[in-house]
Amino acid sequence: MSFHPKMTYGAAFHKSARDLDPDRDQGPPFEYTAENRARFDRIVQRYPDAQRRSAVLPALYLVQYQQGHITASAMRYVAGLLGITPADVEDVVSFYSMFYTKPVGRFVLQVCRTLSCALNGAERVTEELSAKLGIKPGETDPSGTFTLIEVECLGACDRAPVVMVNDAWHECLTPGDAAKLVDDLKARGEAALSGCHHVVEKK
Amino acid sequence: MSFEPLLTKHVREPNSFTLDFYLQHEGYDGLRKALAMKPEEVIDLVKASGLRGRGGAGFPTGMKWQFVDKKSPNPKYIACNADESEPGTFKDHLLMERNPHLLIEGCAIGCYAIGAKIAYIYIRGEFFHVQQVLERAIDEAYARGFLGKNVLGSGFDCDVYVHRGAGAYEAGEETALLESLEGKRAQPRNKPPFPAVVGLYGCPTAVNNVETLANVPIILMKGAEWYSKLGPEKNGGPKLFCISGHVKRPGVYEAPMTVTLGELINERAGGVRDGRTLKAVIPGGSSVPILLPTQLDTQASFDGVQKAGSLLGSAGIIVLDDTTCMVWLAENLLHFYRHESCGKCTPCREGTDWLYKILRKIERGAGQMSDLDLLTSVANNIAGKTLCAFGDAAVTPVLTTLKHFRHEYEAHIKEGHCTLPADWRARQGVATHP
Ligand SMILES: Cc1cc2nc3c(=O)[nH]c(=O)nc-3n(C[C@H](O)[C@H](O)[C@H](O)COP(=O)(O)O)c2cc1C
Ligand code: SF4
Ligand code: FES
Repeated sequence: MSFHPKMTYGAAFHKSARDLDPDRDQGPPFEYTAENRARFDRIVQRYPDAQRRSAVLPALYLVQYQQGHITASAMRYVAGLLGITPADVEDVVSFYSMFYTKPVGRFVLQVCRTLSCALNGAERVTEELSAKLGIKPGETDPSGTFTLIEVECLGACDRAPVVMVNDAWHECLTPGDAAKLVDDLKARGEAALSGCHHVVEKK
Repeated sequence: MSFEPLLTKHVREPNSFTLDFYLQHEGYDGLRKALAMKPEEVIDLVKASGLRGRGGAGFPTGMKWQFVDKKSPNPKYIACNADESEPGTFKDHLLMERNPHLLIEGCAIGCYAIGAKIAYIYIRGEFFHVQQVLERAIDEAYARGFLGKNVLGSGFDCDVYVHRGAGAYEAGEETALLESLEGKRAQPRNKPPFPAVVGLYGCPTAVNNVETLANVPIILMKGAEWYSKLGPEKNGGPKLFCISGHVKRPGVYEAPMTVTLGELINERAGGVRDGRTLKAVIPGGSSVPILLPTQLDTQASFDGVQKAGSLLGSAGIIVLDDTTCMVWLAENLLHFYRHESCGKCTPCREGTDWLYKILRKIERGAGQMSDLDLLTSVANNIAGKTLCAFGDAAVTPVLTTLKHFRHEYEAHIKEGHCTLPADWRARQGVATHP
């Protein structure tokens, strides 16, 4: 029902249904690969039928793994799958710090900067990485290989300072090791990372 | 009394995370016992054990389960809080990575007790490797009939799913966690109604921390009386303590809550490094008041730490030695709170930004004496005036350092620079955050 006689609610344009910034769309419209579509279909079953929206975070992760970052086109696609508005999806994407809306490097170096890591030299690690790569935190190097960001406590403060690289961990860095980590990553990829030290088994 | 760890006894052994290993060590016997009881009896047992929530507030778990509205026609849920984002806390990380079946068993018992069929484990997005361990363990549990339809032939159905967060401290607040699980921003709801009445999807929900649920199988195995007698009165059961910062052996240590902060820091964690002296201790994660070296004989229990003027919180003990500048510390933590404020209420959203800016100015040596009153005034306009406990948490690092180390603030202002520049700090200051 409308409280304002001249305004028809529900029938016309509503802010929450607005189109996302078209400038951010490049290339063909987003679509999951067949594997990711199958993964999505499995995940959505974990939630009650009327609550498909619960799958928005997992759905966005699938996007990010598929193409590196989340575009407006992908947000519209996810909104369509979940039966919510693109604005609902954008609301979520813009809130959580692990979603990227711009392209990032092949290795995203995430240095924990919170207290326990900082007490053990995290600021120095950031400084070294920054000097080695020639970029400031928040930036990607010109070759598109490394993105450097500072993040808040990663929940592994006993192994400070911690650096997360993509989804994997590298622990107990000293500033000297930081520059070496960059070279190791270039040479050996994620195999260069120490992993989580609780994993006592050697694979 | 010699104490044998219950939660972390096997965590350093290879394969401790596998179902076979777990079954060799009485795994899922607690669930068997629970299924032979009535759900109300399980709740009564947990109540009698006195188990208090390990997520931060220390609220009795049995009581929380009893508040779950049994008469509601809606489904019930368990939401396990595995967001673990409080700076200085990493116990749930270890538990899930090395002993995941203990948590899964706890989830199943919890579901049985409150009449739920589904438990969602909300895990922070950064714990991807932990999530993989958990999901593998859940698959094993399904394959052997500990989860799924008709658990162990009892007629009870139980599903456990892992839900991955995406980087938001505030998702650890219980109602914000539910919002996030529903696919929205992690911003808290007004309470009441509490989640036990109106929780996930509007249904009765128990939100329990990982370590809390991991204690439940132990209570079933050892009995309520044995459990409550382990530790001081009203602070029973084994507790995980996370020790980090300036100590020789940082890590997770398990002990009954009769242990003192001094024993944990000096004996278990090896004390501060050689040549340095202890300056202060944050006993319960970044959001609690500082204790001083004279308070090391404080009992590391919920009530003991509270009596000493702080809180046990998430038992994240951060140790600070004499090289730590307290203004820098407050600035570091306010950077965290400014970044993590969910933005729903104005005092917290705007106030944390102001606190950070003023602290930064003082730390750089550009402060004025009047800034100290300004800090107090901004802090007092946040504390107690916000929707969730984050507001109070965020001002604590400012107020507690001002209370105990005001002379360091004054020295910054008078000298025009930090008077304690330590070698582990950045040469340029944190140049990256204007
Ligand atoms: C800002 C904020 C952050 C929180 N973060 C966490 C967290 O990361 N993990 C957790 O278990 N509890 C956290 N809590 C406490 C939860 O709100 C809730 O009390 C807890 O999950 C209840 O479980 P318990 O009774 O088993 O302790 C947080 C609370 C607040 C106010
Ligand atoms: S106190 Fe802060 S974190 Fe809590 S609801 Fe308000 S803005 Fe959000
Ligand atoms: S402070 Fe870096 S992991 Fe906690």
